[in-house]
Amino acid sequence: MSVHDLEKHFQDTIDAEIKIEPLDWMPDAYRKTNIRQISQHAHSEIVGMLPEGNWISRAPSLKRKAILLAKVQDEAGHGLYLYSACETLGTSREETINDLHTGRAKYSSIFNYPTLTWADIGTIGWLVDGAAIMNQVMLTRTSYGPYARAMVRICKEESFHQRQGFESLLVLSKGSEAQRAMCQDAINRWWWPALMMFGPRDSESTNSDQSMKWKIKRKTNDELRQQFVDICVEQVKLLGMTLPDPNLKWNEETKHYDFGEIDWNEFWQVVKGNGPCNLERLQARKKAWEEGAWVREAAAAHAAKKQKRADANAA
Amino acid sequence: MKTYIRLFFYGDIPGQETGSAPAPQGPKNDWPLWEVFIRSKQGLDHKHVGSLHATDAQMAIENARDVYTRRQEGVSIWVVKSQDIHASRPEESGELYDPAADKIYRHPTFYDLPDEINHM
Repeated sequence: MSVHDLEKHFQDTIDAEIKIEPLDWMPDAYRKTNIRQISQHAHSEIVGMLPEGNWISRAPSLKRKAILLAKVQDEAGHGLYLYSACETLGTSREETINDLHTGRAKYSSIFNYPTLTWADIGTIGWLVDGAAIMNQVMLTRTSYGPYARAMVRICKEESFHQRQGFESLLVLSKGSEAQRAMCQDAINRWWWPALMMFGPRDSESTNSDQSMKWKIKRKTNDELRQQFVDICVEQVKLLGMTLPDPNLKWNEETKHYDFGEIDWNEFWQVVKGNGPCNLERLQARKKAWEEGAWVREAAAAHAAKKQKRADANAA
Repeated sequence: MKTYIRLFFYGDIPGQETGSAPAPQGPKNDWPLWEVFIRSKQGLDHKHVGSLHATDAQMAIENARDVYTRRQEGVSIWVVKSQDIHASRPEESGELYDPAADKIYRHPTFYDLPDEINHM
Protein backbone atom coordinates (compact mmCIF):
# COMPACT_ATOMS: atom_id res chain seq x y z
CA MET A 1 0.00 0.00 0.00
CA SER A 2 1.18 3.51 -0.74
CA VAL A 3 1.50 6.02 2.07
CA HIS A 4 -1.57 7.76 0.75
CA ASP A 5 -3.60 4.54 0.98
CA LEU A 6 -2.26 3.85 4.44
CA GLU A 7 -3.26 7.31 5.57
CA LYS A 8 -6.71 6.88 4.13
CA HIS A 9 -7.12 3.49 5.78
CA PHE A 10 -5.92 5.02 9.07
CA GLN A 11 -8.41 7.89 8.93
CA ASP A 12 -11.23 5.55 7.90
CA THR A 13 -10.45 3.36 10.91
CA ILE A 14 -10.66 6.36 13.21
CA ASP A 15 -13.83 7.64 11.56
CA ALA A 16 -15.40 4.22 12.13
CA GLU A 17 -14.59 4.59 15.86
CA ILE A 18 -12.14 1.69 15.77
CA LYS A 19 -9.17 2.15 18.11
CA ILE A 20 -5.61 2.31 16.86
CA GLU A 21 -3.36 -0.27 18.52
CA PRO A 22 0.44 -0.21 18.96
CA LEU A 23 1.40 -2.39 15.99
CA ASP A 24 -0.96 -0.67 13.54
CA TRP A 25 0.41 1.66 10.91
CA MET A 26 0.00 5.29 11.95
CA PRO A 27 1.23 8.60 10.55
CA ASP A 28 4.43 9.84 12.21
CA ALA A 29 2.68 12.97 13.39
CA TYR A 30 -0.02 10.91 15.10
CA ARG A 31 2.65 8.90 16.91
CA LYS A 32 4.56 12.01 17.94
CA THR A 33 1.46 13.85 19.07
CA ASN A 34 0.44 10.91 21.23
CA ILE A 35 3.93 10.49 22.65
CA ARG A 36 4.00 14.14 23.66
CA GLN A 37 0.51 14.23 25.05
CA ILE A 38 0.72 10.96 26.97
CA SER A 39 4.18 11.67 28.38
CA GLN A 40 3.20 15.18 29.45
CA HIS A 41 0.09 13.80 31.02
CA ALA A 42 2.27 11.23 32.85
CA HIS A 43 4.66 13.94 34.03
CA SER A 44 1.67 15.90 35.36
CA GLU A 45 0.62 12.96 37.50
CA ILE A 46 4.13 12.58 38.90
CA VAL A 47 4.80 16.28 39.52
CA GLY A 48 1.25 16.52 40.87
CA MET A 49 2.33 14.44 43.84
CA LEU A 50 4.55 17.26 45.09
CA PRO A 51 2.03 19.93 46.16
CA GLU A 52 -0.05 17.33 47.96
CA GLY A 53 2.89 15.47 49.42
CA ASN A 54 3.66 18.74 51.18
CA TRP A 55 0.71 18.07 53.53
CA ILE A 56 1.03 14.35 54.26
CA SER A 57 3.01 14.89 57.45
CA ARG A 58 0.78 17.79 58.47
CA ALA A 59 -2.68 16.37 57.82
CA PRO A 60 -5.07 17.26 60.66
CA SER A 61 -5.96 13.66 61.57
CA LEU A 62 -4.83 10.10 60.99
CA LYS A 63 -7.88 9.54 58.78
CA ARG A 64 -7.04 12.50 56.54
CA LYS A 65 -3.41 11.42 56.43
CA ALA A 66 -4.32 7.90 55.31
CA ILE A 67 -6.65 9.31 52.64
CA LEU A 68 -4.03 11.74 51.38
CA LEU A 69 -1.36 9.03 51.27
CA ALA A 70 -3.68 6.81 49.24
CA LYS A 71 -4.43 9.65 46.86
CA VAL A 72 -0.79 10.53 46.32
CA GLN A 73 0.00 6.85 45.76
CA ASP A 74 -2.76 6.78 43.15
CA GLU A 75 -1.11 9.68 41.34
CA ALA A 76 2.11 7.68 41.14
CA GLY A 77 0.07 4.78 39.76
CA HIS A 78 -1.56 7.05 37.19
CA GLY A 79 1.85 8.26 36.10
CA LEU A 80 2.91 4.65 35.59
CA TYR A 81 -0.20 3.66 33.61
CA LEU A 82 0.55 6.57 31.32
CA TYR A 83 4.30 5.96 30.99
CA SER A 84 3.39 2.39 30.14
CA ALA A 85 0.94 3.55 27.43
CA CYS A 86 3.59 5.94 26.10
CA GLU A 87 6.15 3.17 25.75
CA THR A 88 3.86 1.23 23.41
CA LEU A 89 4.66 3.98 20.89
CA GLY A 90 8.35 3.11 20.92
CA THR A 91 9.86 5.49 23.46
CA SER A 92 12.11 4.49 26.33
CA ARG A 93 11.21 5.34 29.89
CA GLU A 94 14.59 6.87 30.59
CA GLU A 95 14.38 9.30 27.68
CA THR A 96 10.84 10.25 28.60
CA ILE A 97 11.93 11.11 32.12
CA ASN A 98 15.02 12.89 30.83
CA ASP A 99 12.76 15.08 28.72
CA LEU A 100 10.98 16.21 31.87
CA HIS A 101 14.21 16.88 33.74
CA THR A 102 15.77 18.88 30.92
CA GLY A 103 12.59 20.89 30.43
CA ARG A 104 11.94 19.58 26.92
CA ALA A 105 8.66 18.11 28.10
CA LYS A 106 6.15 20.08 30.10
CA TYR A 107 3.57 19.21 32.72
CA SER A 108 0.35 20.91 33.69
CA SER A 109 0.94 24.42 35.03
CA ILE A 110 -1.48 23.92 37.89
CA PHE A 111 1.23 22.13 39.85
CA ASN A 112 3.37 25.24 39.84
CA TYR A 113 1.13 26.80 42.47
CA PRO A 114 1.89 26.32 46.17
CA THR A 115 -0.31 24.57 48.75
CA LEU A 116 -0.41 27.12 51.55
CA THR A 117 -3.06 25.76 53.92
CA TRP A 118 -4.82 22.48 54.66
CA ALA A 119 -7.88 23.75 52.79
CA ASP A 120 -5.76 23.72 49.62
CA ILE A 121 -5.73 19.93 49.74
CA GLY A 122 -9.52 19.68 49.71
CA THR A 123 -9.70 22.36 47.03
CA ILE A 124 -7.21 20.54 44.83
CA GLY A 125 -9.33 17.40 45.08
CA TRP A 126 -12.49 19.26 44.21
CA LEU A 127 -11.31 21.75 41.57
CA VAL A 128 -8.01 20.48 40.19
CA ASP A 129 -8.99 16.83 40.07
CA GLY A 130 -12.44 17.93 38.94
CA ALA A 131 -10.97 19.81 35.99
CA ALA A 132 -8.64 16.91 35.23
CA ILE A 133 -11.59 14.52 35.24
CA MET A 134 -13.36 16.60 32.57
CA ASN A 135 -10.35 16.10 30.32
CA GLN A 136 -9.85 12.48 31.27
CA VAL A 137 -13.42 11.36 30.81
CA MET A 138 -13.17 12.73 27.28
CA LEU A 139 -9.89 10.85 26.82
CA THR A 140 -11.42 7.46 27.69
CA ARG A 141 -12.74 7.73 24.12
CA THR A 142 -9.46 8.86 22.56
CA SER A 143 -8.46 6.98 19.42
CA TYR A 144 -5.24 5.38 20.66
CA GLY A 145 -6.15 2.13 22.45
CA PRO A 146 -3.52 1.97 25.22
CA TYR A 147 -4.13 5.64 26.12
CA ALA A 148 -7.91 5.13 26.25
CA ARG A 149 -7.52 2.04 28.45
CA ALA A 150 -5.18 3.85 30.85
CA MET A 151 -7.78 6.62 31.07
CA VAL A 152 -10.58 4.22 31.98
CA ARG A 153 -8.47 2.92 34.84
CA ILE A 154 -7.55 6.43 35.95
CA CYS A 155 -11.10 7.78 35.80
CA LYS A 156 -12.32 5.02 38.10
CA GLU A 157 -9.82 6.16 40.71
CA GLU A 158 -10.18 9.90 40.17
CA SER A 159 -13.71 9.80 41.43
CA PHE A 160 -12.38 9.01 44.91
CA HIS A 161 -9.98 11.94 44.62
CA GLN A 162 -12.66 14.45 43.85
CA ARG A 163 -15.12 13.14 46.42
CA GLN A 164 -12.62 13.11 49.27
CA GLY A 165 -11.67 16.69 48.36
CA PHE A 166 -15.21 17.96 48.34
CA GLU A 167 -16.03 16.13 51.57
CA SER A 168 -12.98 17.61 53.24
CA LEU A 169 -14.14 21.11 52.22
CA LEU A 170 -17.65 20.31 53.41
CA VAL A 171 -16.26 19.64 56.88
CA LEU A 172 -14.35 22.94 56.86
CA SER A 173 -17.41 24.79 55.58
CA LYS A 174 -19.35 23.66 58.65
CA GLY A 175 -16.49 24.48 61.01
CA SER A 176 -15.35 27.57 62.87
CA GLU A 177 -15.17 31.04 61.39
CA ALA A 178 -11.45 30.59 60.82
CA GLN A 179 -12.00 27.26 59.05
CA ARG A 180 -14.65 28.74 56.79
CA ALA A 181 -12.36 31.65 55.96
CA MET A 182 -9.53 29.23 55.16
CA CYS A 183 -11.86 27.26 52.88
CA GLN A 184 -12.99 30.39 51.00
CA ASP A 185 -9.42 31.62 50.68
CA ALA A 186 -8.30 28.33 49.12
CA ILE A 187 -11.19 28.41 46.64
CA ASN A 188 -10.31 32.01 45.76
CA ARG A 189 -6.70 31.10 45.02
CA TRP A 190 -7.36 27.88 43.06
CA TRP A 191 -10.40 28.82 40.99
CA TRP A 192 -8.66 30.74 38.23
CA PRO A 193 -5.65 28.42 37.90
CA ALA A 194 -8.14 25.52 37.67
CA LEU A 195 -9.89 27.23 34.75
CA MET A 196 -6.50 27.73 33.12
CA MET A 197 -5.95 23.96 33.18
CA PHE A 198 -8.13 23.65 30.07
CA GLY A 199 -5.57 25.62 28.11
CA PRO A 200 -5.83 28.65 25.84
CA ARG A 201 -9.04 29.64 24.13
CA ASP A 202 -9.92 27.55 21.10
CA SER A 203 -9.00 30.46 18.85
CA GLU A 204 -5.43 30.35 20.27
CA SER A 205 -4.87 26.61 20.39
CA THR A 206 -3.37 25.86 17.04
CA ASN A 207 -3.22 22.12 17.21
CA SER A 208 -6.82 21.41 18.11
CA ASP A 209 -8.03 20.82 14.57
CA GLN A 210 -5.71 17.94 13.75
CA SER A 211 -6.13 16.39 17.19
CA MET A 212 -9.90 16.52 16.79
CA LYS A 213 -9.73 14.96 13.33
CA TRP A 214 -7.61 12.13 14.71
CA LYS A 215 -9.93 11.91 17.70
CA ILE A 216 -7.04 12.27 20.12
CA LYS A 217 -9.04 15.13 21.62
CA ARG A 218 -12.77 14.92 21.37
CA LYS A 219 -13.85 18.20 22.90
CA THR A 220 -12.27 21.62 22.63
CA ASN A 221 -10.67 23.52 25.51
CA ASP A 222 -13.55 25.98 25.67
CA GLU A 223 -16.22 23.28 25.64
CA LEU A 224 -14.59 21.48 28.55
CA ARG A 225 -14.03 24.71 30.49
CA GLN A 226 -17.68 25.69 30.11
CA GLN A 227 -18.81 22.27 31.26
CA PHE A 228 -16.59 22.61 34.34
CA VAL A 229 -17.85 26.09 35.22
CA ASP A 230 -21.50 24.99 34.95
CA ILE A 231 -20.92 22.13 37.36
CA CYS A 232 -18.85 24.08 39.90
CA VAL A 233 -21.31 26.95 40.19
CA GLU A 234 -23.88 24.50 41.51
CA GLN A 235 -21.47 22.58 43.73
CA VAL A 236 -20.04 25.64 45.47
CA LYS A 237 -23.52 26.44 46.76
CA LEU A 238 -23.48 23.22 48.80
CA LEU A 239 -20.36 24.51 50.53
CA GLY A 240 -21.97 27.87 51.25
CA MET A 241 -18.92 29.44 49.62
CA THR A 242 -18.54 31.61 46.53
CA LEU A 243 -16.44 31.50 43.37
CA PRO A 244 -14.22 34.59 43.01
CA ASP A 245 -15.78 35.88 39.80
CA PRO A 246 -18.22 38.82 39.84
CA ASN A 247 -19.13 38.13 36.22
CA LEU A 248 -20.55 34.66 36.81
CA LYS A 249 -24.10 34.78 35.52
CA TRP A 250 -26.65 32.35 34.14
CA ASN A 251 -27.24 32.96 30.46
CA GLU A 252 -30.77 32.00 29.52
CA GLU A 253 -29.92 32.02 25.83
CA THR A 254 -26.92 29.70 25.87
CA LYS A 255 -28.15 27.71 28.90
CA HIS A 256 -24.68 28.07 30.37
CA TYR A 257 -23.03 30.28 32.93
CA ASP A 258 -21.12 33.25 31.54
CA PHE A 259 -17.89 33.86 33.37
CA GLY A 260 -15.16 36.47 33.59
CA GLU A 261 -11.94 36.71 31.63
CA ILE A 262 -9.00 34.55 32.64
CA ASP A 263 -5.78 36.45 33.35
CA TRP A 264 -3.99 35.19 30.25
CA ASN A 265 -0.86 37.07 31.18
CA GLU A 266 -0.56 34.97 34.34
CA PHE A 267 -1.32 31.87 32.29
CA TRP A 268 1.56 32.54 29.89
CA GLN A 269 3.94 33.47 32.67
CA VAL A 270 3.40 30.13 34.42
CA VAL A 271 3.59 28.19 31.15
CA LYS A 272 6.89 29.90 30.39
CA GLY A 273 8.34 28.79 33.71
CA ASN A 274 7.76 31.87 35.82
CA GLY A 275 5.08 30.47 38.12
CA PRO A 276 5.51 30.47 41.90
CA CYS A 277 6.93 26.91 42.06
CA ASN A 278 8.22 25.95 38.58
CA LEU A 279 11.85 25.80 39.66
CA GLU A 280 11.15 24.05 42.93
CA ARG A 281 9.05 21.30 41.30
CA LEU A 282 11.66 20.42 38.72
CA GLN A 283 14.43 20.47 41.28
CA ALA A 284 12.46 18.12 43.51
CA ARG A 285 11.97 15.66 40.64
CA LYS A 286 15.66 15.77 39.65
CA LYS A 287 16.75 15.34 43.25
CA ALA A 288 14.51 12.29 43.66
CA TRP A 289 15.89 10.80 40.44
CA GLU A 290 19.54 11.44 41.33
CA GLU A 291 19.26 10.29 44.92
CA GLY A 292 17.50 7.14 43.76
CA ALA A 293 20.34 6.23 41.39
CA TRP A 294 22.08 3.96 43.88
CA VAL A 295 18.84 2.05 44.49
CA ARG A 296 18.40 1.44 40.78
CA GLU A 297 22.02 0.33 40.45
CA ALA A 298 21.85 -1.93 43.50
CA ALA A 299 18.64 -3.58 42.29
CA ALA A 300 20.17 -4.22 38.87
CA ALA A 301 23.33 -5.68 40.46
CA HIS A 302 21.25 -7.89 42.74
CA ALA A 303 19.20 -9.21 39.82
CA ALA A 304 22.38 -9.92 37.82
CA LYS A 305 23.86 -11.83 40.77
CA LYS A 306 20.70 -13.89 41.21
CA GLN A 307 20.62 -14.67 37.49
CA LYS A 308 24.26 -15.76 37.55
CA ARG A 309 23.61 -18.05 40.49
CA ALA A 310 20.58 -19.56 38.74
CA ASP A 311 22.64 -20.13 35.58
CA ALA A 312 25.41 -21.80 37.59
CA ASN A 313 22.92 -24.11 39.27
CA ALA A 314 21.38 -25.02 35.94
CA ALA A 315 24.78 -25.88 34.40
CA MET B 1 11.52 33.99 8.17
CA LYS B 2 11.17 31.81 11.21
CA THR B 3 7.65 30.88 12.20
CA TYR B 4 6.85 29.42 15.58
CA ILE B 5 3.78 27.33 16.13
CA ARG B 6 2.62 26.83 19.64
CA LEU B 7 1.08 23.41 20.08
CA PHE B 8 -1.31 22.33 22.79
CA PHE B 9 -2.02 18.66 23.07
CA TYR B 10 -3.56 18.40 26.49
CA GLY B 11 -5.15 21.35 28.21
CA ASP B 12 -2.62 23.92 29.30
CA ILE B 13 0.48 21.91 28.39
CA PRO B 14 2.24 23.31 25.35
CA GLY B 15 4.50 21.30 23.08
CA GLN B 16 7.93 22.52 22.04
CA GLU B 17 7.62 25.85 20.33
CA THR B 18 8.82 24.59 17.01
CA GLY B 19 6.71 21.48 17.14
CA SER B 20 9.82 19.39 16.44
CA ALA B 21 10.09 15.65 16.93
CA PRO B 22 10.70 14.22 20.39
CA ALA B 23 14.29 13.74 21.49
CA PRO B 24 16.07 10.94 19.64
CA GLN B 25 16.05 7.83 21.77
CA GLY B 26 19.50 7.22 23.20
CA PRO B 27 20.91 3.98 24.55
CA LYS B 28 18.37 2.29 26.75
CA ASN B 29 19.41 1.84 30.34
CA ASP B 30 15.93 0.90 31.44
CA TRP B 31 15.30 -2.27 33.38
CA PRO B 32 13.52 -4.90 31.30
CA LEU B 33 9.88 -4.21 30.47
CA TRP B 34 7.29 -6.72 31.71
CA GLU B 35 3.70 -7.15 30.57
CA VAL B 36 1.29 -7.64 33.45
CA PHE B 37 -1.76 -9.92 33.44
CA ILE B 38 -4.24 -9.99 36.32
CA ARG B 39 -6.89 -12.54 37.27
CA SER B 40 -9.59 -10.44 38.92
CA LYS B 41 -11.25 -13.40 40.62
CA GLN B 42 -11.12 -17.18 40.70
CA GLY B 43 -12.81 -18.59 37.63
CA LEU B 44 -11.84 -15.77 35.27
CA ASP B 45 -8.96 -15.51 32.79
CA HIS B 46 -5.90 -13.44 33.42
CA LYS B 47 -6.29 -10.21 31.50
CA HIS B 48 -3.61 -7.87 30.21
CA VAL B 49 -3.57 -4.63 32.21
CA GLY B 50 -0.37 -2.84 31.22
CA SER B 51 3.36 -3.00 31.70
CA LEU B 52 6.13 -1.96 34.05
CA HIS B 53 9.90 -2.06 34.43
CA ALA B 54 11.60 -4.38 36.90
CA THR B 55 14.96 -6.07 37.30
CA ASP B 56 13.48 -9.54 37.68
CA ALA B 57 10.20 -11.46 37.86
CA GLN B 58 9.85 -11.14 41.60
CA MET B 59 10.20 -7.37 41.52
CA ALA B 60 7.82 -7.24 38.57
CA ILE B 61 5.15 -9.09 40.55
CA GLU B 62 5.62 -6.91 43.62
CA ASN B 63 5.47 -3.72 41.57
CA ALA B 64 2.45 -5.02 39.68
CA ARG B 65 0.76 -5.53 43.04
CA ASP B 66 1.37 -1.87 43.90
CA VAL B 67 0.51 -0.45 40.51
CA TYR B 68 -2.40 -2.60 39.36
CA THR B 69 -4.11 -4.04 42.46
CA ARG B 70 -4.38 -1.16 44.93
CA ARG B 71 -8.12 -1.78 45.23
CA GLN B 72 -8.17 -5.57 45.34
CA GLU B 73 -8.49 -5.83 41.57
CA GLY B 74 -6.65 -9.15 41.50
CA VAL B 75 -6.14 -12.54 43.08
CA SER B 76 -3.35 -13.67 40.76
CA ILE B 77 -0.65 -11.91 38.76
CA TRP B 78 1.30 -13.08 35.72
CA VAL B 79 4.29 -11.17 34.44
CA VAL B 80 5.99 -11.89 31.12
CA LYS B 81 9.00 -10.11 29.68
CA SER B 82 7.67 -7.97 26.84
CA GLN B 83 10.46 -9.18 24.55
CA ASP B 84 9.16 -12.75 24.93
CA ILE B 85 5.76 -11.93 23.48
CA HIS B 86 5.32 -12.74 19.83
CA ALA B 87 2.49 -10.99 18.06
CA SER B 88 0.65 -11.47 14.79
CA ARG B 89 1.14 -8.62 12.35
CA PRO B 90 -1.78 -6.29 11.68
CA GLU B 91 -0.78 -5.91 8.02
CA GLU B 92 -1.16 -9.67 7.56
CA SER B 93 -4.59 -9.79 9.16
CA GLY B 94 -6.27 -10.26 5.81
CA GLU B 95 -4.54 -13.52 4.94
CA LEU B 96 -4.38 -14.71 8.54
CA TYR B 97 -8.10 -14.56 9.22
CA ASP B 98 -9.32 -15.13 5.69
CA PRO B 99 -10.05 -18.88 6.12
CA ALA B 100 -12.77 -18.13 8.69
CA ALA B 101 -14.47 -15.42 6.66
CA ASP B 102 -16.63 -17.59 4.37
CA LYS B 103 -17.77 -20.25 6.82
CA ILE B 104 -20.97 -18.84 8.18
CA TYR B 105 -22.25 -22.39 8.74
CA ARG B 106 -20.03 -22.44 11.82
CA HIS B 107 -22.49 -20.14 13.56
CA PRO B 108 -25.69 -21.49 15.16
CA THR B 109 -27.77 -18.76 13.55
CA PHE B 110 -27.04 -20.27 10.11
CA TYR B 111 -29.63 -22.97 10.80
CA ASP B 112 -33.32 -22.30 10.38
CA LEU B 113 -35.31 -24.43 12.79
CA PRO B 114 -39.03 -24.61 13.53
CA ASP B 115 -40.27 -22.18 16.19
CA GLU B 116 -41.28 -25.10 18.43
CA ILE B 117 -37.63 -25.67 19.17
CA ASN B 118 -36.93 -22.88 21.62
CA HIS B 119 -33.61 -23.76 23.03
CA MET B 120 -31.06 -25.56 20.89
